[in-house]
Amino acid sequence: MPSLSYREAIRMALIEELHRDPNVVVMGEEVAQFNGAYKVTEGLLEKFGPKRIVDTPISEAGFVGLGIGASMLGIRPVIELMFWSFYSVAFDQILNNAANVRYMSGGQIHCPIVIRGPANGGTNVGATHSHTPENVCANHPGVKVVCPATAYDAKGLLKSAIRDNDPVFFMENTLLYGDRAEIPDEEYLIPIGQANIKRPGIDLTIVAHGRAVITSLAAAQILERDYDISAEVVDLRSIRPLDEATVLASVRKTHRVLLVEENKPFCGVGAQLSHMIQEQAFDELDAPIRRVSSIDAPAIYSPPLEAEQLPTPQRVLRAALETLR
Amino acid sequence: MTETLPPLPTVKKSPSPKAAAPGAGGAAPSWAVAEVNSRLTAEDKVALFRTMLRIRRFEERSLRAYQAKKIGGFLHLYVGQEAVAVGCCSLMGKNDHVITAYRDHGHALAVGMDMRGLMAELYGKSTGCSKGKGGSMHFFDPSRNYWGGHGIVGGQIPLGTGIAYALKYQGLKGACMAFMGDGAVNQGAVHESYNLAALWQLPVVFVIENNGYSMGTSQQRSSAGELGQRAEAYSMAWEICDGHDVYQVREVMDRFLREARENCRPGIVEIRTYRYRGHSVSDPDKTYRHKSEVEEYRRTKDPIQVFQDTLIAEGVIDPARAEQLDAEVRAEAESAADYAEASPFPSIEDITKDVYWEEDNPSEKKSQGRIFF
Ligand SMILES: Cc1ncc(C[n+]2csc(CCOP(=O)(O)OP(=O)(O)O)c2C)c(N)n1
Ligand SMILES: [Mg+2]
Repeated sequence: MPSLSYREAIRMALIEELHRDPNVVVMGEEVAQFNGAYKVTEGLLEKFGPKRIVDTPISEAGFVGLGIGASMLGIRPVIELMFWSFYSVAFDQILNNAANVRYMSGGQIHCPIVIRGPANGGTNVGATHSHTPENVCANHPGVKVVCPATAYDAKGLLKSAIRDNDPVFFMENTLLYGDRAEIPDEEYLIPIGQANIKRPGIDLTIVAHGRAVITSLAAAQILERDYDISAEVVDLRSIRPLDEATVLASVRKTHRVLLVEENKPFCGVGAQLSHMIQEQAFDELDAPIRRVSSIDAPAIYSPPLEAEQLPTPQRVLRAALETLR
Repeated sequence: MTETLPPLPTVKKSPSPKAAAPGAGGAAPSWAVAEVNSRLTAEDKVALFRTMLRIRRFEERSLRAYQAKKIGGFLHLYVGQEAVAVGCCSLMGKNDHVITAYRDHGHALAVGMDMRGLMAELYGKSTGCSKGKGGSMHFFDPSRNYWGGHGIVGGQIPLGTGIAYALKYQGLKGACMAFMGDGAVNQGAVHESYNLAALWQLPVVFVIENNGYSMGTSQQRSSAGELGQRAEAYSMAWEICDGHDVYQVREVMDRFLREARENCRPGIVEIRTYRYRGHSVSDPDKTYRHKSEVEEYRRTKDPIQVFQDTLIAEGVIDPARAEQLDAEVRAEAESAADYAEASPFPSIEDITKDVYWEEDNPSEKKSQGRIFF
């Protein structure tokens, strides 16, 4: 099995789907001639030509909306946002048009569009470029939100996203682009809406998504090594649809829950999870549910401070120990 | 609004330099004779030159700091474009304001910000102009009428229009210069701002710093039609200006600023300029232009070299003085880096400060906050 980086895995998914379906189009700023701001789409222009791989002006509302419009007729645009942070420029298009047009047309229309790109802090690019909008987007019925943590998941989930008949918002992480995983030569798909146990355990359930999974795994390793505590790490993989069953099964096994995310705490994904767990498994809980998230402020630029603003293995570890107290 | 707008106030093309230079018998064409430039004293001219040099040396020093991993995130350098910010900002009166995008170091220095605060911001230190919270793309100094420093392409343009609105609302004779790149002109917010400014006759001058590229995309690959000409759709005046000649920048901008200040007439000035470095320091600069293009511009149009030659020809400075000025400015940049290095980082507690005015000023709940008029 070849080892591919998260970046290459996403590229492979694009290549396979571009080959499979002539209606798939990759579009965005600098995706073609410049090979992608983060080199995800490197080489695609050469392979597929300018009809399939399209550079756009800096007009997010325009080209994202255009992609949604084209998808209504059956084109399958995969729109790259150089940063998910720029979704706000196209807010009306993605959260009014893409999310609502099916409903408002009484089900006559659907939007098989994928919007993908990095959605993360931690790279010292300041508040405007460090948004993590998975919670904001997931608040809108009609859209799906996927946050892969590993190269393997990224590939299988992106292929499913491209084949999905509803709008899928695919949120990557620039800090993970270099992470590698074994990727089978054979084609595989990962269904959207299935969480994944990244590490089995019995004493504590840690639920996370995106890079917070990697942080949680690091903390789980320390818990095991230094405290003889066995933590189960559940990777949500998608925020909406949310795999409640997998989360609840883990809670019923460990009876203690820690929710970790790189999002801000207020109205974050953890708030939704925490409500869901107490509602459906209140009697299973032996301790209050705890959360670790980014410190509640816009993303600070200062590099050593931003590293502390995001969840660190140390913070996850401390919260885990408190949950187990 | 039903009333029709008065006719456009200015011609679209700048008068040719030859015409503007009486008796330019073979000598280099000059915008120097325009009143806005001829009234400059030798000291004023040296100050312009010095500010351009300060920008270049600051940028070069910050690049070295970036390479030494003292700076994180993005670093978009202004090298090559110095005459634009300096020419424009040198025209600012008490009620004139500036707002720009993320390539903001040049404007910050041109409005008079201290190099130390800027360098400390790049280093993420609490002594930075934004306390280490904003970084390279988010410099601010409202006390100098400098409203940032904005990371989202085109996002600053409605704000600049709003600053103009506030000026007009208060009856102040001032104008806002709202800077953007050639890539920003395709954002919807920019077009909406053009319309608002023209419809409501707001004192804003939209300045397009056309350096030919938005990241790796040339103007031809990103924009239909001429950039400045879009003003015509909104019945605004517009003009194209060369950005390597600080005198020309001043001559053109002076006319537009007057129209804005005195008659509340907005306009668009497209300034043709060039960036020498990649889009940001992480751009390998290999896919979209040839090295020779950069070399050619540097050789023939370097704004600092051009102005230095002008000042020497005018007898304002001699080469030795130019060198001395350069040495001073290099020393200033070096000491700014030392200052940044020695400054402390913010604390963890600082992360949650400066989010809400109310929380930062618990005893002043009933005050109206900070008013800048
Ligand atoms: C809304 C938005 N989209 C994309 C970007 C990423 N981006 C930053 S700068 C840039 C190019 C802008 O070029 P231009 O306006 O010509 O300014 P220049 O960099 O040449 O000064 C792009 C695409 C962004 N910051 N904001
Ligand atoms: Mg440009």
